[in-house]
Amino acid sequence: MTATVLLSLDGLAAMIAALRDQGYRVVGPRLRDAAIVYDDIDGAADLPAGWTDVQDGGTYRVQRRADDARFGYAVGPHSWKKFLHPAQLRLWRAERGENGTTVTHDREPDQQFAFIGVRSCDLHAIAIQDKVFLEGPYPDPHYAARRDGAFIVAVNCAVAGGTCFCVSMETGPKAKSGFDIALTEILRDGEHVFLTEAGSERGAAILAGIATTAADDEHVAVADAIVADTAAHMGRRMNTDGIHDLLLANLEHPRWEEVAGRCLTCGNCTMVCPTCFCTSVEDTSDLAGGGVERSRRWDSCFTQDFSYVHGGSVRASPQSRYRQWMTHKLATWYDQFDTSGCVGCGRCITWCPVGIDITEEVAAIRAETAVAAIP
Amino acid sequence: MYMERLAEPVPGAAIDPMQPRFERVSRVQREGADIWTIEIDMADGFDFLPGQFNMLYAPGVGEAAISISGDPAAPGRLVHTIRSVGMVSAALCRLEAGDLVGIRGPYGHGWPVDQAAGKDVVVIAGGLGLAPLRPAIYRLLAERARFGRVVLLCGMRSPEDILFQHELERWRTHLDIELEVTVDHAGADWRGNVGVVTTLVPRAAFKPDRTIALLCGPEIMMRFAAVELANAGVPDSAVYVSLERNMKCAIGLCGHCQFSGVFVCKDGPVFSYDRVRALLALREI
Amino acid sequence: MIDGMEKIVREQSFFAGLGQATIDLVAGCTRNTHFAAGTMLFREGDPADEFFLVRHGRVALEMSAPGRGAITFETVSAGGIVGLSWLIPPYRWSFDARAVDEVRAIGIDARCLRRKCEADHDFGYTMMMRFVPVLVDRLQASRLQVLDVYGTPR
Repeated sequence: MTATVLLSLDGLAAMIAALRDQGYRVVGPRLRDAAIVYDDIDGAADLPAGWTDVQDGGTYRVQRRADDARFGYAVGPHSWKKFLHPAQLRLWRAERGENGTTVTHDREPDQQFAFIGVRSCDLHAIAIQDKVFLEGPYPDPHYAARRDGAFIVAVNCAVAGGTCFCVSMETGPKAKSGFDIALTEILRDGEHVFLTEAGSERGAAILAGIATTAADDEHVAVADAIVADTAAHMGRRMNTDGIHDLLLANLEHPRWEEVAGRCLTCGNCTMVCPTCFCTSVEDTSDLAGGGVERSRRWDSCFTQDFSYVHGGSVRASPQSRYRQWMTHKLATWYDQFDTSGCVGCGRCITWCPVGIDITEEVAAIRAETAVAAIP
Repeated sequence: MYMERLAEPVPGAAIDPMQPRFERVSRVQREGADIWTIEIDMADGFDFLPGQFNMLYAPGVGEAAISISGDPAAPGRLVHTIRSVGMVSAALCRLEAGDLVGIRGPYGHGWPVDQAAGKDVVVIAGGLGLAPLRPAIYRLLAERARFGRVVLLCGMRSPEDILFQHELERWRTHLDIELEVTVDHAGADWRGNVGVVTTLVPRAAFKPDRTIALLCGPEIMMRFAAVELANAGVPDSAVYVSLERNMKCAIGLCGHCQFSGVFVCKDGPVFSYDRVRALLALREI
Repeated sequence: MIDGMEKIVREQSFFAGLGQATIDLVAGCTRNTHFAAGTMLFREGDPADEFFLVRHGRVALEMSAPGRGAITFETVSAGGIVGLSWLIPPYRWSFDARAVDEVRAIGIDARCLRRKCEADHDFGYTMMMRFVPVLVDRLQASRLQVLDVYGTPR
């Protein structure tokens, strides 16, 4: 699957058009509401050409580039879980009709998704959610329906985001597997091409149907250099040595109280995190008494009553809720799914209104623990 | 109720694991001031292991995780004992015979009754905790010869709050089990024992190195009962507790029931104490 | 010498492991007692002159409240100690003790025992190390009862 070719800008447009023609629902990055979000796109013309993002703790701004790169930015507030694990979903409806009561399910979407511009961190996030939703004792049929057959066009990052740390989490910047096609955008004097790799047979089939040119060693080297440069400019670092044991041995560390003094428990981090998967269920009945319905929606462990049992919540204090989120993401996720829950995308840092930085919190716990160990 | 015809029954796994099967309540019995038992006759039987639970759906209101409290040897009758503490449980407690109820399950790991074969079994129940233990007790009594000594210790709030009192009195007539009931406080006309259930442990007769202990009740009660068992020489790995956490899905996907790294719904609700002891000592985990 | 009491005291598991001299000291403060079912061993407010080590039967520890009658908060059975307020001034009982069944108990003269503890601190220490665990257990049990763990949370 290492057929490496070069796509021109027209080739990129043709690739997206081919996916549309094959019946995929194409979603990808576009500029909207002063952010680069993932949404339906009609074609390559909808990509945020010439835009980049500037990110830091609690800060996100889009900014014009000097060139018209199609993928010259990192990741925004959306992740692909928006499509694979929808924020709101009706599970079933039971209603009374003339012939008695019947239970109905909404049909799963007919169209398969084609994701354009999936970064390596997000590829890992999708793989993690595959484990969560598909490998447990009760696979989620809604995730499966959306995931099966989803066509993935990955992009190797040419820009390191201000809060990115995929290198620390070993999840990028280069996309290594889990895609049908992977692109590296090469934009230099007089040339705007995409080094393109097929990652599957149907990826190769799509490429076979559009105009491409052969990739030479020089372009491959340039692409490698771009990715290496991205890797060298990560906005953040996280030392993951023994992180599971480190966090679980420090559940009473004073740092938790300190971060709780800043955390608003707004839950932004859980909404933007590409691996957070918690949901809640809502049962409703219509006023006419004709039917009842159950739906599912995203939920966050930061909410007051997430852990409510009769009498009160198990995790009543904000401190305990922050601790839950971070220790789940970085430590107990290993116990549950044999992997970290964090892919180093940096979204939680960017979208936290007060700029809490998960890499800094880990470092703080590690540093104070080390000090305590000196006799 | 506004439902007239049952949905297509789904044998085994549902198309969607979040879809309940609808059945009609057969009988309702009030057990106490705020406790009801509902029974559902299941024509095709409902197999379950003692200690497992169902998500019971009060149509239009919501679901609650309720332990099955009936006899596993009588799968034609599905029994749940419910305490009215919130909106959903109150709605379940208001159900009457003939009303529709939704069922999803059975879920979870049950009590290690088979592992207890050949050993002494100590069952410690606190309050409503007797309900999730009752299926195990039924099995212990039905297969009595498989086990060594069988000791049942029950703690209740007061004599008026003794759950399944008539059944306890019946069990007490078995000559081959030891059954002690104690209450936290009582009036002068109670001639039984008064004191927390933990105080019954040192007086009970069992061989600590050949005992399996099954504990169910408020978490505080289980923690201190486990301490008494440890003091008596029972290893933590032979003590089992049933935990309770917020559950929305019961299938390990909603995330609500997480207790550090374990999901109470699919890794529990029955846990061996050595696995959860350190976690139970932590606050707000 | 109170004949027979020394032998009875030595047989009690509560005093297990004590040397002969110590047993004799204790026995010198003891006598046999018997209570018919329903009779009171002592009442709240009475001077805590004599406490009991139950040999047979059960004793209900209770308090009375207007409108609520007597509320039992603990049952002491064979091997248990009834009454600990003799340990500290003002040496007055803080609850009622009623024989639930026919009760046979060793009555221990509190003044006698306190005098001997004062005169011989080694003996006193040994006695405290017997009674303090009972206090701790009772305290722990009381805490659990206070928490009303079976009650419906509001």
